[in-house]
Amino acid sequence: MDKGKIRRMFPALGVKVYGRDLVYLDNAATSQRPQSVVDKWVQMSTETNANIHRAVHALSVKATEEYEAAREAVREFIGAADRSEVIFTSGTTASINLVAFSFGERFVGEGDEIVVTEEEHHSNIVPWQMLCSRKKAVLKVVKVTDDGYLDLKHLESLLSERTKIVAVAHVSNVLGIVNPVKDIIGICHAKGVPVLVDGAQGIVHCGVNVQDLDCDFYAFSGHKIYAATGTGVLYGKKKWLDEMPPYMGGGEMIETVTFEGTTYAKSPQKFEAGTQNIAGAPTLIPALETARILKETEDDSVLKYVLDALMKDGRISLYGVPRGTKDKVPVFSFSVNGAHHEDLALILDKMGIAVRSGQMCAEPLMDRFGVTGMLRASFAPYNTLEEARYFVKSLDRAINMLV
Amino acid sequence: MDLQEAKDKVVEDFSMFDEWLDKYEYLIGLGKELEEYPEEARTEDRLIKGCQSRVWLDSEKREGRLFFKADSDAIITKGIISLLISVYSGRTPEEIAGDDFAFLDEIGLKENLSPTRAGGLVSMIETLKRTAEEAR
Repeated sequence: MDKGKIRRMFPALGVKVYGRDLVYLDNAATSQRPQSVVDKWVQMSTETNANIHRAVHALSVKATEEYEAAREAVREFIGAADRSEVIFTSGTTASINLVAFSFGERFVGEGDEIVVTEEEHHSNIVPWQMLCSRKKAVLKVVKVTDDGYLDLKHLESLLSERTKIVAVAHVSNVLGIVNPVKDIIGICHAKGVPVLVDGAQGIVHCGVNVQDLDCDFYAFSGHKIYAATGTGVLYGKKKWLDEMPPYMGGGEMIETVTFEGTTYAKSPQKFEAGTQNIAGAPTLIPALETARILKETEDDSVLKYVLDALMKDGRISLYGVPRGTKDKVPVFSFSVNGAHHEDLALILDKMGIAVRSGQMCAEPLMDRFGVTGMLRASFAPYNTLEEARYFVKSLDRAINMLV
Repeated sequence: MDLQEAKDKVVEDFSMFDEWLDKYEYLIGLGKELEEYPEEARTEDRLIKGCQSRVWLDSEKREGRLFFKADSDAIITKGIISLLISVYSGRTPEEIAGDDFAFLDEIGLKENLSPTRAGGLVSMIETLKRTAEEAR
């Protein structure tokens, strides 16, 4: 499918800002939605709206079928063995919090250790800090190298008999470097340590097969992969999910309730208390289909062009410099000598370009590189080479205005 | 130039530009012209809360009037605070505290800044007003 046809699938890509064509380069924050996702949401709201899993009436049965079909679509997309290993959440953040709480309740005690990395998004740091303070456990942090790679030797040295879990990004939302998660999982499993992979960025650009990867948990958001906001997934291996207590109590997640005590349903219901995102979750079906189409048509021309342009510009410091283009997704964070990231973002905005400036929810990583913030341009497969050229040209103009 | 004249001049200056990029260039110019900020005043308590970039504001009362100095690590923000200072520095606390700052809406500054930046502008105005209230 050609790029023009792909772009027409996304109504928001045709929007104009300040009378100019929108160039949307904030995809790492959230992607745009295809019409098929919007249609699914409308259909769920106008034709199929009923609460799921509860009633015997026709509408509820239909809504339940759609919701469970979405679970099957996710299972297939990530290559999970069984649907019971796919839990719907409100997003990556909720998925990680669920594990930090439930896994932590069951497996983490005083003096135990949790390992994260310096390049994690706050949502893969703070839930673990909260767990550590709750359980008097210790958080250990894997270092990032100057070119934006994880220091695997350091990771290995941090693993001990007290390490209960390692939480690591598939792809950093700042650096855009694809972490060797399979190797990391191998290293950790050799020492009997389970691994949670934050797939918020990785699922979009790299895809995943959780069985091949052999990860213990994989978390991602729907809204970054074209689905409705408020949708998210937690994949967990059955052996862990069976052992983990529920995160939230409420309807749907129980087997029997008496005032003497309550027994819980099996996964995934055990972890899906309360009314779920009935209209949202089914949008994952067209969203993942879109992701499949986009991934097939994506080439690395945009990645190579932007990487080359940023690397050869002496005014620009790029964070996350790949040792080979296969290690990088088109997420570029950088700073410009003498120009503040916020000024650049503001000027680019007036040129119709949406980029992100600031700490990108990764304050420890900003400290690591000694900056107060960065400018980030993150491309999706629907972005064109023309947009990339316009971005590079506009960036140059913006820098010249400021420096 | 009295306060009203100073505000009118800013509105007139802004009206010369059609494009927001030109207005930014004008603000960048103002930022670059801003008087150097004293190193010893670069303190935590002089930072204006609510701005994404760092903005320092220092004030001094002389002969019943308030004089401001400011700085920011982002140049457009520095231009904005510079514009505010050019209008309000040297006024009496009563003038500043009693002003409606409506000329900023007239030049469309608030709605043309990104939400975080507009929040920063609101914080700058609040800080100026609070300083004036306290100096009364």
